[in-house]
Amino acid sequence: MIPVASIVAGIACSHVPAIGVAMDRGITTTPYWESLFKGYEPARQWLAKLAPDVAIVVYNDHACAFSLQIIPTFLIGVADRFAIADEGFGPRPVPVVPGSPALAWHLAESLILDEFDMTIANEMPVDHGLTVPLSITCGQPAQWPFPVIPLCVNVVQYPPPTGARCFKLGQAIRRAVEGFEQDLRVVIYGTGGMSHQLQGERAGLINRDFDKAFLDGMTKDPLALTRITHTEYMREAGSEGVEMVMWHIMRGALDTDAAEVYRHYHVPASNTAVGLMILENRSIA
Amino acid sequence: MTVSRDYETIPGTYVYDARRGREGYALNMFCMSLNIAENRRKFKENEAAYLDQFTLSEEQRRTVLKRDWLGMLKVGGNIYYTIKIAFCDGLTFQDVASMMSGVSKEEYAKMMLAGGRSPEGNRYKKGTGPGDSRG
Repeated sequence: MIPVASIVAGIACSHVPAIGVAMDRGITTTPYWESLFKGYEPARQWLAKLAPDVAIVVYNDHACAFSLQIIPTFLIGVADRFAIADEGFGPRPVPVVPGSPALAWHLAESLILDEFDMTIANEMPVDHGLTVPLSITCGQPAQWPFPVIPLCVNVVQYPPPTGARCFKLGQAIRRAVEGFEQDLRVVIYGTGGMSHQLQGERAGLINRDFDKAFLDGMTKDPLALTRITHTEYMREAGSEGVEMVMWHIMRGALDTDAAEVYRHYHVPASNTAVGLMILENRSIA
Repeated sequence: MTVSRDYETIPGTYVYDARRGREGYALNMFCMSLNIAENRRKFKENEAAYLDQFTLSEEQRRTVLKRDWLGMLKVGGNIYYTIKIAFCDGLTFQDVASMMSGVSKEEYAKMMLAGGRSPEGNRYKKGTGPGDSRG
């Protein structure tokens, strides 16, 4: 039998920029940050033990790699390395992100032929949307422990893709990964959220009940979650809470009965409710 | 298929949709230019002259020069872009959030530590809620 790649686990993870800043400045043990970072420890240990061969990181760019000039709804990065973006206050002091070009190109080809019209990026910097989840789950290594395939989703210009579409993209990613003839263990990150609003008079909105139901729904009834409309996300979880559509890509790439193995929820990090959840495919365990 | 704008009933929220995308393009592209350190230096050196390179409306120009963060959103600013002006000023997202919501930095920080702004009473603009529309 020819060995093929497989998705072994999914990680849902907020990507609040202030979390990266706290790590970069070495203030993670202050009273403000301590309990948040304590909750990351078990996830780091789990990931170090899992030692995946490659990670697909689903995130959104925040006016760094892409401006409003061209707005790709779904984009995949196929480069062999991704520079760290200057977001307006200098680049984060974290290692350059190594890519996984062979698998990334395979995904691009497979997804497009599977009717997901991906934009392909040969060159792009990555911002906190990608690097903060890596910092959260890997700490501060001199080099990132695995190569990364960035998968960007537009959530900056309304409308983002629907949750249902995102879930289906996740399913297509899984089919594509399983068609790659190399024995690779892949993890997929769905990043962003949870409830938060960064703009307007309503800035600072947090909805614990919504977040908890969303976290529970990831295992109880993920398909029901895909029917949440953009307006419902924005009304209930804040205007920027709509980025939780990206979690559905991760979820769609996993087994229907994937098991929750870890959860951490914390309010606040700056303006945001922070969630972290690890899901494992039972078929792999 | 018509596109629903039902999000317009959410109070204190400026969804960056097609209308704002058309109005705000130049303003946001000015903000984008601040990703380059040399441009940040030039902007701080002479803000009015720097803005001359972009075709901003008078009102957009005023909101930038006055750092009217809420005003910027009303004339097509996108928060992920306008925040770059704040970074240039050494401000944080939380600083700007407090100014947009009209409270002091301390009050805002306290609200966040206490669990954030509740959705209760903040879901619908007055008179637009599910109970209101039936009259």
